[in-house]
Amino acid sequence: MDQLLQTIPHIDRIAHRGVFAGAGAKLTETFRARSGKDNKVLPSLEDAVRAAGLRDGMTISFHHHFRGGDHVVNQVVDTLAAMGFRDLTLAASSLADVHAPLIRHIKNGVITHIETSGLRGQLAEEISRGLLECPVVFRSHGGRAAAIGSGEVHIDVAFLGAPSCDPYGNANGYSRDDDTSIACGSMGYARTDAKYADKVIILTNNLVRYPNAPWAIPEYDVDYIVVTDDIGDPAGIMSGATRYTKNPKELLIAQTAAGVIDAAGYLYDGFSMQMGSGGASLAVARFLRQMMQEKGIRCRFALGGITGQITAMHEEGMIDRILDVQSFDLDAALSLKKNRFHHQIDAAYYASFLFAAAVDQLDFVILSALEIDTDFNVNVLTGSDGVIRGAIGGHPDTAAGASLSVVVAPLTRGRIPTVIDRVNTIVTPGAVVDVVVTDQGIAVNPRRPEVAEKLKKAGMRVDTIRQLKDRAEALTGRPDPIRYKDRVVGVVMYRDNSVIDVIRQIDGE
Amino acid sequence: MELKKTAVAGTMESSDIMVTVEPRESGGIVLELTSSVMKQYGRRIERVIRETAAELGVEHALICAVDKGALDCTVRARVSAAIFRAAERENITWEVGK
Repeated sequence: MDQLLQTIPHIDRIAHRGVFAGAGAKLTETFRARSGKDNKVLPSLEDAVRAAGLRDGMTISFHHHFRGGDHVVNQVVDTLAAMGFRDLTLAASSLADVHAPLIRHIKNGVITHIETSGLRGQLAEEISRGLLECPVVFRSHGGRAAAIGSGEVHIDVAFLGAPSCDPYGNANGYSRDDDTSIACGSMGYARTDAKYADKVIILTNNLVRYPNAPWAIPEYDVDYIVVTDDIGDPAGIMSGATRYTKNPKELLIAQTAAGVIDAAGYLYDGFSMQMGSGGASLAVARFLRQMMQEKGIRCRFALGGITGQITAMHEEGMIDRILDVQSFDLDAALSLKKNRFHHQIDAAYYASFLFAAAVDQLDFVILSALEIDTDFNVNVLTGSDGVIRGAIGGHPDTAAGASLSVVVAPLTRGRIPTVIDRVNTIVTPGAVVDVVVTDQGIAVNPRRPEVAEKLKKAGMRVDTIRQLKDRAEALTGRPDPIRYKDRVVGVVMYRDNSVIDVIRQIDGE
Repeated sequence: MELKKTAVAGTMESSDIMVTVEPRESGGIVLELTSSVMKQYGRRIERVIRETAAELGVEHALICAVDKGALDCTVRARVSAAIFRAAERENITWEVGK
């Protein structure tokens, strides 16, 4: 038969698998009978871990779509500890208060390195005090996706919780088969892990019939499935709708920010937008909605972390498309399930710097801040006491991508000034921050004189960032600087995965 | 000002400070301060409390202050009020704060 191949000119360019040698045996059972066997479901997490070939020193990954209700990370790391694994790198898309039990597994050597978007609660506190020898690496959502895609972060085994999955691995953040299951909406961050990890284990409490369409993660990216009673606490994963703030200070900030966007010329028929999380930035949507109705204009697409406010506007016909990498509330998750043009995207599509991502199509983004300095650098990661208490999220990605990045924050929080000389930690560089809106004044980055001009023309008062800083300090007094030790406990990456700043161990009690 | 009894002013609300002033015979001003912004403003709050007590002529007292991020003007007002109450002063002339 090989003679047949030899008669074909340029065979080396054409065929590489020889001559047809017969098809395999055909299966004749019904589809239904087949689904029960030859699938990827294993009896226990331990079996899946062994099958995946996990070894000491490897990298495991998790997503944070279950937010504060996540039970997957603790459950898996407890199991790995009991199985005797050591020296693992935990690469999560983010970590929250609920992950405090990791402290024990860091102390006993199971976890020796962490990659994440953010840290909160007791775990963050301990890491700020020097719990880990190797500094924690903080990346933006886009930076993480790029690092995973380029191989800078190599995931050996991904453990991905899914509110629905079929026996072959088609997994999703909601279920089309029932309305009672847990819903987390988009699984955008998990999709990147599923695509690039060597082995992917889905943990689900809801095994549905094949095919679980639509899916977030396709079966060809999945190796094993473990059915477990408990992937998370629905109340912690999602609560009804994110409420609009009633705080008058935040409403004032939101109203001003909406006015800034309009005056700067970015509120036109067919614009694109993203709202960050946080009271004031979410509330901007309310004022934009009103202005859009008055002008009779529509938004072409809303991007990002999606809330019920955005999906309500979509259902009213005011937003044509939603690109959803992460659903923030139950309304958003339900909209993803029922609205065809509410579309789920992965983290790389959302914000990777390696190609033109969705963030690069943004007209404007509204972002929160813990601190802003007189060079317009923004900190969303460490508190005014120097302790880690936040997450980078898509902050630098969207600030860099959007034509107009608007940072909203109260000028002071209690006694703590927000606008200061120098942020504790640079997360988003001033080079990509355009406007700062506080309850006591607006400042425009000197890089954008045309924006300042437009705001003034619209009758808005524009201060310098230094004036805002002085105003804050006049109220609060000048804070004493935080005392740090020399030791670095965290490394902050810009979205291109270059080191933009470090977090040092805090000194004191 | 002579202190006659233990008195309190302020609340535990955010941006407030709760100040308890207790009369003492001797020992100067003994201050027990806790604050949600201790690292950034602890020294400054202590200075404002001591200044306010000195301005009102209080030489010996135990002052306990639980601060929740109060501004200087609030610290001054609460410390003054606690001292006036401890001194059982009736006719208080509130002056414009510094």
